[in-house]
Amino acid sequence: MASIEITNARKSYGAVDVLHGINLDIQDGEFIVLVGPSGCGKSTLLRMIAGLEEITSGDIAIGGNVVNDLQPKDRDIAMVFQSYALYPHMTVAENMSYALTLRKTAKEKVSAAIDNVAGILGLNALLQRRPKALSGGQRQRVAMGRAIVRQPQAFLFDEPLSNLDARLREQMRTEIRKLHRRLGATSVYVTHDQIEAMTMADRIVAMYDGIVQQVGTPLEIYDRPANIFVASFIGSPAMNFLTGTYQATGNTAAMTLDDGTVIPVLATPNASNGQKVTLGARPEHIDIVENGSVPSVTANVDLIEPMGLSTLVHVTLAGKPVKIFTLARPDLAIDSTVQIAFNMDKTHLFDSESELRLPPASEPHSSQPA
Amino acid sequence: MSTPGKFPLRKTIYWGAHYLMIAAFVAFALFPLYWLLKVSVTPNDILYTEGVRMWPSRTTWDNYTFVLTQSHFPHYFMNSVIVSGCTALFTCIIAAITGYAFSRFRFNGKIIIVALMLITQMFPLVMLIAPIFRILAPLGLTDSLTGLIIVYTAFNVPFATFLMQSFFDGIPKDLEEAAMIDGNTRFEAFRRIILPLTLPGIAATLGFVFTAAWSELLFALMLVSSESASTFPVGLLSFVSKFGVDFGQMMAAGVLALIPACAFFLLIQRYLVQGLTAGAVKG
Repeated sequence: MASIEITNARKSYGAVDVLHGINLDIQDGEFIVLVGPSGCGKSTLLRMIAGLEEITSGDIAIGGNVVNDLQPKDRDIAMVFQSYALYPHMTVAENMSYALTLRKTAKEKVSAAIDNVAGILGLNALLQRRPKALSGGQRQRVAMGRAIVRQPQAFLFDEPLSNLDARLREQMRTEIRKLHRRLGATSVYVTHDQIEAMTMADRIVAMYDGIVQQVGTPLEIYDRPANIFVASFIGSPAMNFLTGTYQATGNTAAMTLDDGTVIPVLATPNASNGQKVTLGARPEHIDIVENGSVPSVTANVDLIEPMGLSTLVHVTLAGKPVKIFTLARPDLAIDSTVQIAFNMDKTHLFDSESELRLPPASEPHSSQPA
Repeated sequence: MSTPGKFPLRKTIYWGAHYLMIAAFVAFALFPLYWLLKVSVTPNDILYTEGVRMWPSRTTWDNYTFVLTQSHFPHYFMNSVIVSGCTALFTCIIAAITGYAFSRFRFNGKIIIVALMLITQMFPLVMLIAPIFRILAPLGLTDSLTGLIIVYTAFNVPFATFLMQSFFDGIPKDLEEAAMIDGNTRFEAFRRIILPLTLPGIAATLGFVFTAAWSELLFALMLVSSESASTFPVGLLSFVSKFGVDFGQMMAAGVLALIPACAFFLLIQRYLVQGLTAGAVKG
């Protein structure tokens, strides 16, 4: 196992810059998830670590050795592909032993390693089958097995679960996590699915437009997103955003929405009166309240989505759609009005121009934008 | 209870018509071959006297015996096997490597090379005979099998390359990347993972090039003058003399010439069917 250090790594195709100077330190044994929308450069970064893409400038080091000029085969890493990339003309056992045979490992050792891994992944009965004769979930397991057998310095995962159905995906998510705990291998996992990122990562690297937007533990990222992108990308249902201007008097502050509605917010030393700001509030941080019980604002009910455990209420506030998540089953009629209150301690303020979060005065500084 | 009976009847008519049309097409396509066979076993003396008959009143193997024992045909035949086999082999090797490069790499001038290769397919071959002769003559490559192999290979490579490229395009890039991570160099990954998967494509290409070279007449006629380097299409012409055409022997030679082509396709047909369909669904 090894650490991975990425220093100012850039990638361009001709005049098009895909990655703009990535810096990232991955600790030995850490499970890192690169998350972002398609085209953000996360897969390119992973492929650069694997050696499948050249590095335009900067350095990538695995276990302290700069690997920029090493071929993939000399980097001692294993990768699980989205398409699984199993060799169709080889059996499951041959697929898993391929890397070991190339390294001229002794036959007994190879079969012992395969038996061991097949046992871990429940592949014993499938060893003599061809990939064609396997289900999606089984193929996924074989792909994992092929990676594990090698005991590499690091595992790279390129959206390995996105071809599975929802149930299987959930199951494999747990299994990969358990496997990681068991093997303790440094892992870099690419996904566009923020739920995978939240549930699996030791640390999340949120990427957008070839730039690392934020690095942090899942809860750091969820609770203190560095900017509007991270705030909107992480969390489901997504965070609500309302634009307006900031006003502070003494220790109390408020923001005035575009239609004149006033919402109390935590004072921040980083915003000045009259500054254009964006309020970010997660659906679970907005409450439906009785008239007059707490400072509240009036919104129109558009849609109610009961989900059994919870209910998602869609309302319009200041001309913007707002989603409210509640564990209660509110008795509301569509097109009626409702009083809603923002949980001031949990809402976020962002500078509308730079889109950066404006932390409140009371918050200790911990998670930093990269 | 009348309706259930109707459907099988309609189905029978439908399938009957279906097979009838296929049979008609096959008969139409194979009739010349049948005629070839028929004339080859017809004795010379009744060839013109019996009129048009589906099968002669007497048959003979004389034409075959003559062709195999008293003509140069076995020699032409060997020449053709050598030329077609080598052409198919060389073309496939070059086309596989070029097609792989076109399929997998982005490089400067790729478009230009593709365009140039397409342009070569647009020339009428007749135009090129004189220049090719002028090139090959000083090199001593006219009147030689090597010359023919070089020319055939050159002419078949562009199309074969496009064919191979489409087969490589159908194989996910992830496979050789996985192999490269597993410990192969790119060339090893190509040889151990990609090539075995492209066997159907290679078989299709081999078949295509082999037949093209096997039946080529124009260059064989123009570049080769001696009997020792003639291929069988040229040899067939030797049955045409100033005073007549020996149809029986010519047809017997034709039937014999079909054998290697058939054998070759029999050999590769397992891959060919896969290959053609694989190419078809691609994209």
